[in-house]
Amino acid sequence: MNTSVLEASSTGTSALEAARLMLARDIRLALRKRGQLVQPLAFFAIVTTLFPLGISPELSRLRDVAPGVLWVAALLSSLLALEFLFRDDAQDGTLEQHVLSGQSLTWLLFAKTVAHWLLTGLPLAVMAPLAALSLGVPAAALSGIVVSVAIGSVALSLIGSIGAALTLGVKRSGALLSLLTLPLSMPVLIFGARATDLAIKGAGFAPPLYLLGALAVLGITLAPLAAAAAVRISLE
Amino acid sequence: MAWTWFHRLGSPPYIYGLAARLTPWFAWLSAALLIGGLYGGLVLAPPDYQQGDDFRIMYVHVPTAWMSLMVYTTMAVAAAVGLIWRIKISHAVAASCAPIGASFTFVALVTGSLWGYRMWGTYWEWDPRLTSELILLFLYLGYMGLRSAMDDMQRADRASAVLAVVGVVNVPIIHYSVLWWNSLHQGPSVMQLAKPTMPPSMLIPLLVMLLGFTTLFAALLLVRLRAEILNRERTASWIREAVTQ
Repeated sequence: MNTSVLEASSTGTSALEAARLMLARDIRLALRKRGQLVQPLAFFAIVTTLFPLGISPELSRLRDVAPGVLWVAALLSSLLALEFLFRDDAQDGTLEQHVLSGQSLTWLLFAKTVAHWLLTGLPLAVMAPLAALSLGVPAAALSGIVVSVAIGSVALSLIGSIGAALTLGVKRSGALLSLLTLPLSMPVLIFGARATDLAIKGAGFAPPLYLLGALAVLGITLAPLAAAAAVRISLE
Repeated sequence: MAWTWFHRLGSPPYIYGLAARLTPWFAWLSAALLIGGLYGGLVLAPPDYQQGDDFRIMYVHVPTAWMSLMVYTTMAVAAAVGLIWRIKISHAVAASCAPIGASFTFVALVTGSLWGYRMWGTYWEWDPRLTSELILLFLYLGYMGLRSAMDDMQRADRASAVLAVVGVVNVPIIHYSVLWWNSLHQGPSVMQLAKPTMPPSMLIPLLVMLLGFTTLFAALLLVRLRAEILNRERTASWIREAVTQ
């Protein structure tokens, strides 16, 4: 099922073409296991349900904590989704084949992370407004929430790819992965929650969104390099 | 020929001996500076006109907070050197740095919290500096957690080195994002350590304490480095000679 990527090495395919093949392969494989894709989304919905039960059913109070609730839930569910990023490929040896394929591992991992974002981050952004509505957020703020979660989850996927690559060889890596990833994700949480907060209050939320975008761009630039180095080390 | 001293720095037996010889120097220098600095800070320096004697915890809090960042930077530089040039001894330095840095960070957090209790009336305030210190502690814990999760020393070295480098890129981002986060929520912090008007009688003990803690770090690092080298080279023949000496 991954022959296309492997063949790409022998036929002198360009790095971009290999990355495109990888993206298509990862999405095709993931769509065969739809149940797995739904899990992080269900987790997101459950976590946002826990807060009204834990705090208060009053919408006015929930509205105040809504940005934090939404972003903490998004952070946790993106952490949960990192399990799917490399695990299957590492277990059946496909990842080693990618390392040996002669293609740029940086590009291949970037493509994998993009696929991961399309399959987990983007659905999260689409689902965030539903959760937001249940927390008493006015409908006018929803577009801002979609945009901020969409951009923020790019950064989260990329930061997470480094942590997932570093913990590839570690058994029962869940707790360690969160210890590595969450401190690095805190700026995303801060700017994302701030943008959401401003959107709820009806103010201009562009400044924190720009900062979120800057984090995403920085992640796109550097994270695949670090992840490639980490995968090489983990598979040594 | 001029580079032989540099190549020797990569040799574990040489570094082991060098660390053994340098440790007492740094340890005694550090003891003298810390005693002198504490005397200057706790006895000679006048009470602050606003904070009274409470400000004196600064003589431990500020140096440890400063060290927590310096040790992280040292660790990341050593890790990067080890990663790029594959020098084993740099990885040993980075591994030795982490527990020391985490301890400094912890002391900075505790003293900051105690100081905060006297200043703000609560043991914990989400002050930007304290918050970044806390995140820094998590970064140290993550680094040590990753090391301890891997059985193979070389893999642990290189994986944790990648993490240290990623972390050092993130430390300024985390610091400024926390700073902006906090300034958006509440007014500027009560504590203003960087008062340019601090009189010399208060400032000089602080600088002496900074030097004292830096040399303390050097002494602790050398001791830990020797232990780390012993652990890594335990099958090497020179160890028997070095230990039985």
